[in-house]
Amino acid sequence: MGDTIANLKIGERGIIQDFCLDAIPLNLLEMGCLPGKEVRLLQIAPLKDPLYIKVNGSHLAIRIETAKQINITKLR
Amino acid sequence: MKSNSLLNIALVGNPNTGKTSLFNQLTGLNQKVGNYPGITVDKKQGKCKISEELTAEITDLPGTYSINPTTLDETIVLETLLNKNNDSYPDLVIVVAEVENLKRNLFLFSQIKDLQFPSILVINMSDQMARKGISIDIDALKKELKSEIVLVSARKKIGIDDLKKEIENFENWNTEPIANISDKIDTVFFEDIKTTFPEFSLYKSWLLITQQKNLGFLSRELHQKITAFNTESEKIKKYQHKETIYRYQIINEILKKTYAVDKNEATDLRSKLDRILTHRIFGYLIFFGVLMLIFQSIFEWASFPMDLIDGFFANLSELAKTNLPKGTFTNLIAEGVIPGIGGVVIFIPQIAILFMFIATLEETGYMSRVVFLMDKIMRKFGMSGKSIIPLISGTACAIPAIMASRNISDWKERLITILVIPFTTCSARLPVYAILIALIIPDERVFGIFNLQGLTLMGLYLLGFAAAISSAILLHNVLKIKTQGLFVIEMPNYKLPSFKNIFYEVVEKTKAFVFGAGKIILALSIILWFLASNGSAKFKNATEFVTAQESTNNLPDAVLNKKIASYRLEHSYIGIMGKVIEPVIKPMGYDWKIGIALISSFAAREVFIGALATIYNVESEGESNGTIKERMAAEVDPISGEKRFNLATGMSLLLFYAFAMQCIGTLAIVKRETKSWKWPILQLTGMGVLAYLVAVITYTILS
Repeated sequence: MGDTIANLKIGERGIIQDFCLDAIPLNLLEMGCLPGKEVRLLQIAPLKDPLYIKVNGSHLAIRIETAKQINITKLR
Repeated sequence: MKSNSLLNIALVGNPNTGKTSLFNQLTGLNQKVGNYPGITVDKKQGKCKISEELTAEITDLPGTYSINPTTLDETIVLETLLNKNNDSYPDLVIVVAEVENLKRNLFLFSQIKDLQFPSILVINMSDQMARKGISIDIDALKKELKSEIVLVSARKKIGIDDLKKEIENFENWNTEPIANISDKIDTVFFEDIKTTFPEFSLYKSWLLITQQKNLGFLSRELHQKITAFNTESEKIKKYQHKETIYRYQIINEILKKTYAVDKNEATDLRSKLDRILTHRIFGYLIFFGVLMLIFQSIFEWASFPMDLIDGFFANLSELAKTNLPKGTFTNLIAEGVIPGIGGVVIFIPQIAILFMFIATLEETGYMSRVVFLMDKIMRKFGMSGKSIIPLISGTACAIPAIMASRNISDWKERLITILVIPFTTCSARLPVYAILIALIIPDERVFGIFNLQGLTLMGLYLLGFAAAISSAILLHNVLKIKTQGLFVIEMPNYKLPSFKNIFYEVVEKTKAFVFGAGKIILALSIILWFLASNGSAKFKNATEFVTAQESTNNLPDAVLNKKIASYRLEHSYIGIMGKVIEPVIKPMGYDWKIGIALISSFAAREVFIGALATIYNVESEGESNGTIKERMAAEVDPISGEKRFNLATGMSLLLFYAFAMQCIGTLAIVKRETKSWKWPILQLTGMGVLAYLVAVITYTILS
């Protein structure tokens, strides 16, 4: 446990558990990044930041600080 | 409802849904770009004939994922939909959704519905449903959403007439809300809101509370009422969170019944392209290649039309002089107005080409990949990946570039971007560079392939970027503003660009430049002409003063006339101004005539050439001897007898123009965008001091 989106490797998936509301922009939630949703890491930018994810049908790029705040359980 | 006036329609939707395509289809060339009162955000409006009796004014609101704004652009959507007194307050709302991301699009639609506007859902790109394996039960979806739905394919003009037909009937649309936020979150709290604001829909009242700081139009009384609810920010945040989850619950339920995707049909072209375009080596190489292509085209493609425009206005000026009756008015036209207009028009080719590229890159979805690729690097300089677009735009004109910074949500990143943009080499610097380089750098090749003049120009471009980056680092370390690091960007699917959309974008941006910056340039050209053709008593009686000097006895007429003309210029208002600043600019290697051009180009750089042209024109008293370049080359220092534009002075001028903040338009836009005089003044003085020092040092070393 203790996994976040930042721990995923390219191609891996996880289910979003929870996050600290203060650290997450509201618009990320509004674009579908919500607890219970599956998230998949598609790409990592060359300098390890930002991360390119697919969540709830949306393709998004988020920064690593944000990704570290989103707790997940990895799917294998 | 409004019977005799226009129907106000707001066009709302996520970015990348083809909202602009739909807008272009509905309005065609009947578009205008205005400003929202108080802010500089462009407001795109267009007229559309719905039926024989009904005409609508359609406002294309900035793309947004939610009514809750995170950027300045998105605040416009909120403000327009909540403020009844806004000119564009809609009678009905068209929400544009895209077939592939329907879920996320419905999130926004549910918010609009809850504001209880008559609203219609337009599902765009419906022609791609089959290919993407998507099926939608439209009738069921209509029932679930209590709304009319139209399937369109805006680029192929499919469904536009159906949409118009539905709009004719808008007064009968169902305006019930979709989400019952009250019951699902906190009944007591929301009942209290309902009784406090009986005049508004519940969702509107809730938005007034949560977005209080983003709303400028609230009356004092309303403010007080709202503040009473805004005591616990934690609670408000929690409820916003709950609301978001609740909306998605509803939407998921609805889509389960009405929407199906056959996953096997999904193409993997996107992931293949992503892998290449964001690759750690190829990604940067491709981006660099694209940049080179853009700059190359700006110079190669634009030079031909620019030469034509230049020649055309020179001839026109000549024509006016020879054909109009002699007098002050003719001089004003031929020496003030025509060159002034020419000075604006000449930039159109470059600006149009640049915006053509930027629009294409945005349309295809590539720009988001660049943002993704560059974010980490740009953050080292205190900026965001999103700063790339403004910085590239800055090579055309800083004014639209600064406006393009509005989609950077973090204030510090945005501010630094705005502050350093004026260092990038805008097209107004180009004519100055071009003529000075032609004068001082020999037209030779080095290593057999590189043209020395071209290399110098490239060096100046790189210098501009280097100055932007270093000042960004400085600002990053000096500015004590907390960054939130909030950054979310959608990576849209790749698309072929639409020629029509690009065309409209280019027309709009070019128009904005011509009528925005153009006005200033034209006005200044006229003022300059006036200052050069009027002056002190010595100016008015120049002939007597010159002929009274003994040395002028027995001179041939032509030489005498020249002496009179230059005496006149010296005692014209502008000449007096140039003389006043001469001691200050002398260390940079400039005389009072260059000083005049310098003063005039503090308003806009490109005026420099025009000013010198005007000065030498006035001086030569209408005898046209060659182009401005030839005249500049012939200009000598009366004391040393050396060429005025030698290497030392020329380099000093080039570097001065590379660094100095000489653009009133930019200063004005920075003031408006940052809502403070502090930042434009910082730019003006900081860049000015830097430019002066560099110019003095350069001149001292080279002379």
